[in-house]
Amino acid sequence: MKKTLRLLPLITVLAALTMFSQGCKKEDKTTEAPAAKAALSATEIVLGAVFPMTGPIATYGQESVNGMKMALKKVGNVVGLPIRLIVEDNKGEPVESANAVKKLINVDNVHLIVGSVASSNTLAGAPIAQQARVPLMTPASTNETVTQTGNFISRTCFTDAFQGVVMAKFAYESLKKKKAIIIVDNSSDYSKGLAAVFKKKFVELGGTVIDGTFTYVQKDTDFRSLLRKVKREGPDVVWLPGYYTEVGLMLNQARQMGMNLPFLGGDGWDSPKLQELAGADGIKGNYISSHFSPDDEDPMVQGFVKEYVATYGQKPGAMAALGYDGVLVVADALKRAGTLTHKSISEAINSTKDFVGITGSITIDENRNARKAAVVLETTATGMKFKQKVMP
Amino acid sequence: MSEETTFFFYDLATYLLNGITQGSVYALVALGYTMVYGIIKLINFAHGEFYMIGAFVGFYCIAAGMPLWMAFPCAMIGSGLVAITVERIVYRPIRYAGRIPALITALGTSLLFQYAGQNIIGADPKAFPKVTDFENQTYKFGELYISTNQIVIISTTFILMVFLYWLVNHTRTGKAMRATSFDKNAAELMGIDTNKIISFTFFLGASLAGAAGVLVGMYYNSVEPMMGLIPGLKAFVAAVLGGIGIIPGAVLGGLVLGIAENLVVGFWVSTYRDAIAFGILILILLFKPSGLLGKNTKEKV
Repeated sequence: MKKTLRLLPLITVLAALTMFSQGCKKEDKTTEAPAAKAALSATEIVLGAVFPMTGPIATYGQESVNGMKMALKKVGNVVGLPIRLIVEDNKGEPVESANAVKKLINVDNVHLIVGSVASSNTLAGAPIAQQARVPLMTPASTNETVTQTGNFISRTCFTDAFQGVVMAKFAYESLKKKKAIIIVDNSSDYSKGLAAVFKKKFVELGGTVIDGTFTYVQKDTDFRSLLRKVKREGPDVVWLPGYYTEVGLMLNQARQMGMNLPFLGGDGWDSPKLQELAGADGIKGNYISSHFSPDDEDPMVQGFVKEYVATYGQKPGAMAALGYDGVLVVADALKRAGTLTHKSISEAINSTKDFVGITGSITIDENRNARKAAVVLETTATGMKFKQKVMP
Repeated sequence: MSEETTFFFYDLATYLLNGITQGSVYALVALGYTMVYGIIKLINFAHGEFYMIGAFVGFYCIAAGMPLWMAFPCAMIGSGLVAITVERIVYRPIRYAGRIPALITALGTSLLFQYAGQNIIGADPKAFPKVTDFENQTYKFGELYISTNQIVIISTTFILMVFLYWLVNHTRTGKAMRATSFDKNAAELMGIDTNKIISFTFFLGASLAGAAGVLVGMYYNSVEPMMGLIPGLKAFVAAVLGGIGIIPGAVLGGLVLGIAENLVVGFWVSTYRDAIAFGILILILLFKPSGLLGKNTKEKV
C-alpha cells in the first residue's frame, strides 16, 4: 500500500503530461505535406465538425451539433452513401480549433469540415483547411475576414457588416438613441469586427460614439469598475458585441448598479444561458440581432421547432437552426457535386443558390458569404421575443 | 466642490469598494497559499482548485435546497476534506523529495482537478442557484451603489480573518502550527504530531478558499470548473506581494492587488488589468523579494 501511495504523485503528473502531449501530438501532423493526402473513402461520406462542446460558449457547440444531427437524420443517405459525422471539441479556443482541423484532415481524412462558431476559432482553422484544399463551411461565424482566407472557405450565415448595420439602424431609428458607448471583448475578432461596423454606421446616421477604453477579455467576471466608467459618460445606449458568458454577468452587474439603459448585442448573445446568468433584472429590455426566431410563424420553422423540442426537450436557439441548415446545404451540394473530390464539393457549396432553409433563403455570393435576412429580438425573462425582420 | 470633483470622489469610492471586495476574495485564497508555504515550504498550485471545489459544493448544497447558513459551512468543510485527502495521498509521500518535484506535482494536481471537473460537471458556466435565506439588494448612497453581496463578502472575510488570527496566535493548535513552521524536527521532539498539524493547515487554508468560492459564486452568479485558475494565480501574486509565509501579508497583498486592478480598470484601460497584477509581482520580486511585510533574512552559510 505504502508503495502505491508513493506512486500516486507520479501518476498525477503523468496524467497531466498526457493531457499536454495530446495537444502536441496533433501539432506534429502539420509537417505532412498536403500533397501526400490519402484517397477519400468511397463507401461513406466523412463529415468533420469542429465545435465548442465545452468551455465558455459550449451551448453554441451543443446546439449546432444537435441541429446537425437532426438534419443528418432527415437527409439519410446522399448519393447512395451514408454520412458519418465526426465531432471535434475545440473548447471555444483558437489553438484547439487549429488542432482539430489538422486532425480531421490528416487522421480522419474527411470529405469536408463544418465549423466552427466563434470567428476567432474558425479563423484559426481556416488557413489549414485552405492549404490542404479541403472545403470548410462555417454555419455561424460572422466576422468578415473568415471567408477571405481562400476559395475553400465558405459560410451559410450573414456577416457582421450586415448584422452591425442592422443594429446601428435599430438603435438610431427604432429606439431613437443618439449617444452610444461601445464595449469590446478584446480577445474576440467577432467582437472587434462588429464594434467597428456599428460605429461607422451609427456615426453616419448622425449619432455619437464613445469607445476605446471600454474593453474586457474572455473569462473576465468582474465588470463593475468598467461599468462605472461607462455610466459616467452618460450614454443612452450601449453596444456590447460579446458572447453570452461575459455578457450575462455584465448585464446582471449593470442593473445592480442602477444602469437601466438598453444594451444591444449580436448573435453572440443568443443562448438560453444568457437569461440564467443575467438574472430576471439583467435580461429585461435589451435587444439583439440574430439569425432565426423560434416564434417565426413560417410552417417550416414551426416544424423544425416542434421536432427539436420533441428530440432535445428545449427550444432551439439560432445555432441549432444554423447547424441544421448547414447540413442541408452540404447535402444539397454533395448531390450536385458529381464526383466526390474536395475540389468539386467545394465548388458545389460555393454555387449554392436560393436554397430555402429555416434561417431564410441561402445564396452564396462571389465572396462565399450567404446573403440572408436578420431578425431583431428583444431579450425578456421568458426568452427572446421577435421584434422585426430585416432584409439584406 | 464642483460637480466634476464630486463625481471624481464617487468614482474613486466605487473603484475602491470593488477593489476591496475583489481583494477580500484574493486575500481569503492567498491565506491558504501562505499558510501551506509557511509550514512545509510548498507552493500549492492546486490551491485555486480548492476554491473551485468549495464553490461547487456550495452550488450543489444550495441547489438541493439547503439554506445558505448550512451550505456555507458545508462548502468550507467539503473543500477542506478534499485538501486533506490531496495532502495525504499526493504531497505527503514526496514531502522529502525536494521542492521542485513537489511544485510540479502541485501543478499536475491542479490540472487534474480542472480537467476532471470539466469532464464530470461539464465546462459551461452554471448560474448560481437562488439562495432561500438571502436576498441581494442594492443600497444607494449618492452615486455609490453597494450591494448586500459586497457587504457579505467583506464582512465574512473580516470575520474569518479575525478567527484565523485568534486560532494561530491564541490556541494550542495555533502554537503547534507556529512551532512546526519554525522548526519541524524540533516540534516533533516536543511531542507535536506534525503530520496532523500539516493536515490541519491544509484543511484550514482550503476551507477559507472554499468560503471564497461560495461568496464569489453568489457575487457573480456563475460557477465553472476553470474558475479557480486566474484567482488562484492572482492569490499567489497577493501572497508573494505581502510576503509569502506571513499571514497578515496575504491579507495586505490581496487588498493591494484588488484595489490596484480596479483603479487600472477605472482610470485607465481594462485590458491592462492582468498585466498590472503580474507586473506588480515582477517589481516586488526585483526590489523586495521577501514581500511588503517580509524581513530580509540572510541565507545561513
